[in-house]
Amino acid sequence: MNKLWLIIQREYLTRVKKRSFILATILTPLAFGLFMVVVSVIFSYESDDLKRIAILDKENILTSISDENNLIFKFEEASLNEMKKTYVEKNYDAIMVIPPMKNIQDTRLTVFYYSDDPLGLDMRFMIENKLQKSIRKYKISALDLDAKELESLDTKVSINPEPIDDSKADVSPMAAGVGAAIGGVMGFIMYMAVFIYGTMVMRSVMEEKTSRIVEVMISSVKPFQLMMGKIIGVGGVGLTQLIIWAILIPIISIVVQGIFGFDVESSAEMSSAASQIDPDDMQAMVAQVMAEIKALNWWAIFPLFLFYFVGGYFLYASLFAAVGSAIGDDLGEGQSLTLPITIPVILALYIMMVVVKAPQSSLATWSSIFPFFSPIVMPSRLAFSPPLWEVIVSMLVLIATSLFFVWLSARIYRIGILMYGKKASFKELGKWLFYKG
Amino acid sequence: MNILSLKNVVKTYQDHIAVNDISFDMPEGCIFGLLGPNGAGKSSIIRIITTITQADSGTVFLNGEPLNSSHPSQIGYMPEERGLYKKMEVGDHLMYLAQLKGLSKTDAKQAIDHWFEKFGIQDWWNKKVEELSKGMQQKIQFISTVIHKPKLLILDEPFSGLDPINANLIKDEIYEMKKQGISIIFSTHRMEQVEEICEHIVLINQGKNVLQGTVKDVKNQYKENKFEFKYEGTLPEDFNDHGNVVKESPGSVIIQLQEGESSNDFLNYLLRNNVRIQSFNEILPTLNEIFIRKVGAVNLAQA
Repeated sequence: MNKLWLIIQREYLTRVKKRSFILATILTPLAFGLFMVVVSVIFSYESDDLKRIAILDKENILTSISDENNLIFKFEEASLNEMKKTYVEKNYDAIMVIPPMKNIQDTRLTVFYYSDDPLGLDMRFMIENKLQKSIRKYKISALDLDAKELESLDTKVSINPEPIDDSKADVSPMAAGVGAAIGGVMGFIMYMAVFIYGTMVMRSVMEEKTSRIVEVMISSVKPFQLMMGKIIGVGGVGLTQLIIWAILIPIISIVVQGIFGFDVESSAEMSSAASQIDPDDMQAMVAQVMAEIKALNWWAIFPLFLFYFVGGYFLYASLFAAVGSAIGDDLGEGQSLTLPITIPVILALYIMMVVVKAPQSSLATWSSIFPFFSPIVMPSRLAFSPPLWEVIVSMLVLIATSLFFVWLSARIYRIGILMYGKKASFKELGKWLFYKG
Repeated sequence: MNILSLKNVVKTYQDHIAVNDISFDMPEGCIFGLLGPNGAGKSSIIRIITTITQADSGTVFLNGEPLNSSHPSQIGYMPEERGLYKKMEVGDHLMYLAQLKGLSKTDAKQAIDHWFEKFGIQDWWNKKVEELSKGMQQKIQFISTVIHKPKLLILDEPFSGLDPINANLIKDEIYEMKKQGISIIFSTHRMEQVEEICEHIVLINQGKNVLQGTVKDVKNQYKENKFEFKYEGTLPEDFNDHGNVVKESPGSVIIQLQEGESSNDFLNYLLRNNVRIQSFNEILPTLNEIFIRKVGAVNLAQA
C-alpha cells in the first residue's frame, strides 16, 4: 500500500511539476478567453463592409426601405443601362432591379441584383428579408387590408412542459435546450478526458518499457502496483487539470466580458440582428436559460459526473495500459491494438450527440447502461434527470466492468512489460492472460 | 551458511523450457559467477530470484527461507538492460527507488548523500537523468542498486558499456561490498572477468546446470596434466616419450604429460638428466576453455 502511494505520488508530481503541464493548464483557459475576444471581433467585423445599393423600382413597389449600418439603399429613376454606365461615378456597389408585379396575388418575386462583387450569404438574407417586409406593406395597401387585423393573425405559440404529477418540480420551456447543451458539454469533456489521459497512461507505460526501467521497478514492486499507481496518478493529473479549468474558465470569461464589453446583451442584440428575433425576447430567453442552469440539481450532477469520469477513466486507462505494455517502442505497430479501444469511445461520442436530442429514447437507455458507452453517454443525460433505476444499474455495471478490465489488463500488463521483441497481436495478448506469473 | 539455494527450479515459457531443473547453492559472502552463453537461462533464473517471475516448480531459498514478498528489499538487482526515468532529477530518482525498497525518507537521503560523496558527485542532485552521460547514468544505476544495503546483490553484465575507468570503479565497489559481507551474484558470459572476480561459479547451458563449484576446483577438475618449464642446457632426446609436447621454443617447453606420470616423476627425470630448471609450473585451463569445451560440445552436437 505504501509502495502504491509512492508510485502514485511520483506519477502525479512529475507530471504536475512539468512546465508543459503548467503551461497547458493555464494557457487553455487563456486561449479560451482569447477565442471569445476573437469571436466577438469577428462578429463585429461584418458591419464595416458597407454596401451602397441603387434601387430601380419603376412601379414604386417599395415605398420605403430602411438602411442598415452596413447597407444604404437609394432609389434611382434612371434606366438599368444608364445606371450600369454611371454606377461607379455615383459611388454604388450594386444595382437592384425590382420588376413589376403582374399579379398582386403572386407569392413569388425575383429581384435582380447587379454587382461586380459577389453577394454574401448574410447580406443576401438581409436584403431578401427587407424586401419581403417592404413588399408586404405594398400588398397590404394595394389590397386595402387593415394592418392591425393582419398582425393579429400571427400568433406566437410556445409550449410549456408541465409534469402530470403536481408534486414534481415544474419544468421550464427551456429545459430541453439547456439540458442538451450542458449534456453535450459534459459528454464531450468525458470524451476528451478518456482520450487525453488514457493515451497519457499508454505512452508512459511504453516509455517505461523501452527505457528498461521497468525491470528495476518490478524487482521492487508488483506489476499490479506499478500499473495502478500509474493509472491513479495520471487520473489525479486529469482531475487537477479539469478542476483548474472549471475554476479558471468562468473567471477568465468574466474578466474578458468586463474588459471587452462582450456581454450577454450585446451578443444577444448582435445575433438578433441576423436572426430577426426581438432583442427583448432574446434577453428574456437568456434570463430563462440562466434560471434553468441554476435550477439544475448540481448536487446530484456534479458527483455523478465525477463518478463517470473515474469509472470510465479506469476502464479505458487500464486497457490503454495493457496495450502500451504490449507495444513497446513501435507506435505504428500499436495502432492496430489501440483501434479497438478508440472505436467505442468515438461511437459513444456520436451516440451522445443523438442522445442529448432524445434523452428518453431506448438508445439513450441502453447506451447509458453499456459500460463502454455509459461514461460518455450518461453524463450527457444527467441534466435531463434520467430515471433513478437507470442511473443505479448503469453505475453498478460500470463498476463491475471497470474492476474486471483492470484485472484483465493487469494480467496482460505483467507479461507485456517484460516481453521484448515479440510482435504484439490480440492472439498473443490472449495467451498472456493465461500465463503463470 | 548459504545465502541462496535453488532446488530443482523449473520455468517453462509457452514454447520452450528456459530453466530445466536447476539446483545450486551459493555460500554467504562470496562473489558467485552465474555463467552461460546468451539465451542459456541466466536472466530467467535471475528473474525468479528477484521475484519478477515465479518458478513453475522447485523452490528458491534466501537465507534458508522460501522466497517471499519481504525478500525483494534484501536484494539489489542491476539488470543488463539498464534504465532510469530520463526526465527525473537524479536525487529524486534515487529517493524514489530507495523508498520503494523500504527505506524511510531520512535514511534514503542519508544513503544518497553518502554515495554522492563517495563518487564525488554532490552537485548532481538536481540534474536530470537525461543530462548525464552514459557512464554517469551507470553510476547512478549502480547506486540505486545498492542504496538499500542489500544482503544479496545481483549484477547482470555489470561492465557492459562501461569505459575502463568506470569499470574499475565498479569493480572496486564490488570488492568493497564483499568485504562488508554482501553476497554478490555476477552474471556474465565474459569469462576473463569471472576468473578475476569470482570464487564460485555455476555454468548454465540450455536451461541446465552444467558445472559448478569454486573456480579452483573447477579448474583442477578440468586440468589436463599440462606443464610449462623453462630451462638451461639441453634436453634429453627421449624427453617427449613422457607426453605430448604442445609447444617448444628455445629454453621453454609446454608438455602434456602422459597418463599416470606425475609432475614430480617428470621433474625428477629432468633433474637426473642434468637439465637446469629455471621454472616449472602447471598450466590450468582457463575458464574460457572449459566453458567452450562444455558448452560448445553440447551446442555443436545439437546444431
